Amino acid sequence: MRKFFINFLRMPVTGSLFAIFAAVIVGAIILLAAGHNPIRAYAGLFYGAVGQPRFAVQTIIASTSLILTGLSVTFAYKTGLFNIGVEGQFIIGTVAAVFLGHFLKLPPIVHPAAVMTGAMLAAGAFGAIVGFLKAKFNIHEVLSSIMLNWVAINLANLYISTERFYQEVGKAHGIQNSASIIFLHEMKRTPEGIAQIRELGFLSEILLRTDVNFGIFIAIAAVFFAKFFLDKTSAGYALKAVGANKDAAEFAGINIKKYMVLSMFFSGAIAGLAAAVHITGVSPNTVTLLPAFQNYGFNGIPVALLANASVIPNIFAALLFGGMNYGAGYIQSNHGIATEIIEIMIGLIVFFVALRAVCVKIANIIERKKYGSSN
Amino acid sequence: MHAVRMSGITKNFATVRALDNVDFKAEKACVHALLGENGAGKTTLMNILYGLYSADSGEVYINEKKTIIKNPAASIANGIGMVHQHFMLVGKLTVAQNVILGAEKTTLGFFNSKKIRNEILEISEKFGLRVEPDKKIENISVGMQQRVEILKVLYRGADILIFDEPTAVLTPQEISELTAIIKNLADSGKTVILITHKLKEIKQAAQKCTVIRRGFNIGTVDVCDVSEKQLASMMVGREVVFDFLHEKKNEPGDVILKIENLTVEDNRGVKKLNGFNLELRKGEIFGIAGVDGNGQKELVEAITSLRKIKSGSIKINGNEIANTSPANVIKNKINTIPEDRQQLGLVLDFSVEDNAILGKQNEFSNKGILQFEKITKHATDLIEKFDIRPSGCEKTKMKSLSGGNQQKFIIAREITNNPDVLIAVQPTRGVDIGAIEFIHRTLLAEREKAILLISLDLDEILSLSDTIGVIYEGKIVKTMKNENIDEEKLGLLMAGGNA
Repeated sequence: MRKFFINFLRMPVTGSLFAIFAAVIVGAIILLAAGHNPIRAYAGLFYGAVGQPRFAVQTIIASTSLILTGLSVTFAYKTGLFNIGVEGQFIIGTVAAVFLGHFLKLPPIVHPAAVMTGAMLAAGAFGAIVGFLKAKFNIHEVLSSIMLNWVAINLANLYISTERFYQEVGKAHGIQNSASIIFLHEMKRTPEGIAQIRELGFLSEILLRTDVNFGIFIAIAAVFFAKFFLDKTSAGYALKAVGANKDAAEFAGINIKKYMVLSMFFSGAIAGLAAAVHITGVSPNTVTLLPAFQNYGFNGIPVALLANASVIPNIFAALLFGGMNYGAGYIQSNHGIATEIIEIMIGLIVFFVALRAVCVKIANIIERKKYGSSN
Repeated sequence: MHAVRMSGITKNFATVRALDNVDFKAEKACVHALLGENGAGKTTLMNILYGLYSADSGEVYINEKKTIIKNPAASIANGIGMVHQHFMLVGKLTVAQNVILGAEKTTLGFFNSKKIRNEILEISEKFGLRVEPDKKIENISVGMQQRVEILKVLYRGADILIFDEPTAVLTPQEISELTAIIKNLADSGKTVILITHKLKEIKQAAQKCTVIRRGFNIGTVDVCDVSEKQLASMMVGREVVFDFLHEKKNEPGDVILKIENLTVEDNRGVKKLNGFNLELRKGEIFGIAGVDGNGQKELVEAITSLRKIKSGSIKINGNEIANTSPANVIKNKINTIPEDRQQLGLVLDFSVEDNAILGKQNEFSNKGILQFEKITKHATDLIEKFDIRPSGCEKTKMKSLSGGNQQKFIIAREITNNPDVLIAVQPTRGVDIGAIEFIHRTLLAEREKAILLISLDLDEILSLSDTIGVIYEGKIVKTMKNENIDEEKLGLLMAGGNA
């Protein structure tokens, strides 16, 4: 039993569960201090996130881009790079997606595929700049990505402010219907179509009141593809070797500069895919003038942290954060609890993730007691 | 009277028993050696005495008085001092400043430099520790740095001195000076405990020797009663053969690796190699003997293309390889056993089998997909052929292998590449005597290639090399056949003298 407990404490997932649990406890104290009943608040949060089919779908939609931005950060991390530039890559991806979604004339299915490919290439190239600067001039990726994030936001605003690209001042042309990945997008736009959907019973509620789309399947497929790439291919092996010990990798004859650029390209491309899924899957299917970062990319960082730099867990971490974000709206309107509390809880989770080593420490202490020694 | 008496010391690390009911006694004013392989527990025992670890059970008596030593400060207060293997000195400070660092005696917050200086000189004269108190540490020799370390301990009033592998970085001359100092200390009433695995030193300096093996005290002997061979077998638990060397002489062939007029600078722009020349022939082991810091590191970095050269050339089979890339060097059939195995040789967080294909991942994949069966089989081959333990460790993380097995693994991997030139840098540093024997045999068996051996361990150079080149201040000052070599002369050359 004790042995089992020690092993449990040492499992990577325990650290993440510990972080969530600790954040829940501290969050409860904050709720109490603010005069709310924490149990009711958490119950409300849970109901607001998954309590109704429609809510659950909204949670999934909110999680889709988080899965991908989390994956983007995780992927770079596997090569030993911290991709804080995921925000800028996401922004570049949205601009590319909107441009291709509006100006390309392609049939459905082909069109969104082209939009995604284009957004991935654009955002990938934008990410590769960071890798190139690091490989060639040894400029730290965090510095260059922070700068490039500003370049990205200003490029996006420039696009939106250019007459041929905007529909009205501050809003770019939306994508063509053919580029959308929203379920039954065409039907939802005509009264006859809406009437037909209404006959579908409880599904109609989801179809008409949410932007339910194919994005989640694309995101999950991307996660599994990344997992396959990293674990089963020689290029993935080399990327991981560069991440785990770049000196040894170089000494063994691996071209570490090439893999730094490649890793940032892939990481950026995943952020670009997140952007394309967001643009093609969520209304208003376009970009508007950005006075500040919208954090679609940055929000991938806590996801990756909670996922403990493993690939698959990004899905669960993103669903948790997506659910918290969406459920926050429900408790705000129904319980009068400010959404800031949820923001604080996400912050607390990240904070406690940093303390996950505590679990291993506890395991060591218990083990030492068992064997009657002290160190 | 016993200056130190430790009885029934047991110490566990997690599930590993590092020391098992060990008794240890050191007589006052005597040099007592503590002999054992790496990981045998000798350093753990001394760290307990010095207060770095606490024992799980057992008692410590200092001068026959039961003493509880909780931390190094307590051990210093009890007159125990430790001279560490890696010097703990501040390069920018003077000798005198380093000696008093952490034990500054002040009057109203002010130093009396003159008084301190005199105190230091007094101690140094008393024990024959020649130092120059006003010189900066970075400007004095390694031998003198060590004397400063000893002074530090004596300045704090130590009567019991623990030396942890003190000769690792010294030239033969410096070693004999140190031996004299150690004897001198004992003659003046100090107790010296010498942690070492060098048998020769024990014979030269110590009166008593306690052998530790796998956490057990194997026994304490009077050094004059036993031979080096007997000590070695006590340490390892079986007969050790070291006379296998040079069973057959090789006749060296053509030049494979030719280095001409090589100039290399370190990161600060100091010339570390300056007009370096070397010819390595097929079928020979060329040993580079020298004191640490004379350009060995830069030589390896230049050959492996980790560092850019300023001028000169490095050619293998006629192809220039300087200033290319590590990948290109490997392509030209040069493989290297690096000095820093954990930093350059291995990915510690990878499994053993993943380490086995480092840099060769494309050879073990088909259309970009890794072939796991082939990879595991390759790792199994290396493990079996080179006796890497524990057997069946293919999926084990590299970091959980012992240092000796990590080193054997690197050698296995590099040799299996079948290079034309093998560069072995400190191939037995920090590995136990059983692994040393194995590694030496392996290198000799590969001699028909061409091996460039760079080692700070002169005995290793002498027992393996066909040709020896002495490196001093970035040049090979002398090249000689390894026949009837006068060690005295070699030591002088290494220290920059003429011979």
